[in-house]
Amino acid sequence: MISDQAVERLRTVVTWPDFSGTRYEIVREIGRGGMGSVYEAIDHELGRRVAIKIAEAASPEARLTAQLEHPGIVPIHDAGTLADGRSFYVMKLVRGETISELTLRTFLRICEPVAFAHARGVVHCDLKPSNIMAGEFGEVLVLDWGIANRRGGTEGYMAPDAVVSPAVDVFALGRILAQCGIDSRRLDAIVAMATSPDPAMRYPTAAELMDDVARFLDGRDLVAYRESALERAGRWVYRHRGLLGIIAAYIVMRVVILIAFHR
Amino acid sequence: MTRRLFPTTRGSVVAALASDESADRARAFDTLVGIYWTPLHRYAQNVHRRTDADDLTQAFLAVAFERESLSAYDVRKGSFRTFLRTLFDRFIANRIRDEGRLKRGGDLKRVDLTEHAAAETPDVLFEREWARSVFTVALERLRQSIDDTAFAMFEEYDLRGGARYAELAAKFAVPETTVTNRLALARRTLRKIVLDLLREITGSEHEFRAEARALLGSDA
Repeated sequence: MISDQAVERLRTVVTWPDFSGTRYEIVREIGRGGMGSVYEAIDHELGRRVAIKIAEAASPEARLTAQLEHPGIVPIHDAGTLADGRSFYVMKLVRGETISELTLRTFLRICEPVAFAHARGVVHCDLKPSNIMAGEFGEVLVLDWGIANRRGGTEGYMAPDAVVSPAVDVFALGRILAQCGIDSRRLDAIVAMATSPDPAMRYPTAAELMDDVARFLDGRDLVAYRESALERAGRWVYRHRGLLGIIAAYIVMRVVILIAFHR
Repeated sequence: MTRRLFPTTRGSVVAALASDESADRARAFDTLVGIYWTPLHRYAQNVHRRTDADDLTQAFLAVAFERESLSAYDVRKGSFRTFLRTLFDRFIANRIRDEGRLKRGGDLKRVDLTEHAAAETPDVLFEREWARSVFTVALERLRQSIDDTAFAMFEEYDLRGGARYAELAAKFAVPETTVTNRLALARRTLRKIVLDLLREITGSEHEFRAEARALLGSDA
């Protein structure tokens, strides 16, 4: 019988992709999931580090993602089949970290590539914080389009929908938005609309959700929240507080001048 | 003719256990005993703390792979591996009960499974031993599939670890490229053997994928 260490080595040997005789040299495994493993590799032809994803079955991910040329989506450089029949695709190696502190501005930047994909008929289907990364230069990237346009997802972010539509991503984005930790009735309304159990009651795509969050940041009327006249007046005053301050100062000044002249 | 106890999967010895052909059943029996003897034996020793693990495993395997014993197996409800372990638990429980009767009142020590659960759960132990057994059988098949030099290189570089390409090239008096080519061939062959073996010992595509995930940590 073989030792535990030998079993571990054999596990690695059996799963380690064979790129001998190609331009790529595998350096280390950097991630593993149900849809395959991701390795850091060297592209000797171009002298750069890349990430290579190995999928057991032919996955539409490479072709789908290759159609999505957006700064928030990791570009695909190459794709092919290994000698053992597994498929692989080569993409930019993202150096950065998953987002630990989520602001509303960052949330809008997460929505951008998702809205872009929705406009091209692609639904991510597994949006969650661990699939969002902040790059070295502050760029926000949405990763892992491995189950795009297919039923799936991760508990806590997975919509209870029977069919795949952009509303599935809107639900997950709503769950992510809820983690911003901002105490506001108006923002709560956006989250509630995005995460409605009924997909027909949600924003139809990420673009509409993004627009409503942008309106929230600008203090404008929301699709998700009908407010009372008093709330609206209060928000109007707050939104125009600068102008109102100048007008109030002007009035006070005129009153002071008027009183001074009448003495 | 094969009785359809299981959905037919090409090469599945789990399905072949239900065959009317005695030769098919014998082949299936040999393969499954090769995979499961050691995991069951270790399970009897370490989980049930049986000193008669040899006899117990032998007796269990003799009855377990009879068609009647397997008629309760439903491939949709779980893996064959889990089903077999559950049968083994029941077999041991019956054995303990019978021993108790023989001793009139049963002064045998009944082992509480939770007593040993602290270090390692029965599931983890059985899965670990199963993985070891699958790789052991696969290695034997690899030895028969590739030439002796390639297997020796594979043993030194991948199985034992620590060797370098240059050292192997010097030892076997071949260029380094020959070493890397032979190793690549051995690894590719082993991968195919392992996946073929998993297909053999599972009853459906779904079970095959689940067992590949359990063994390799990712989809196959």
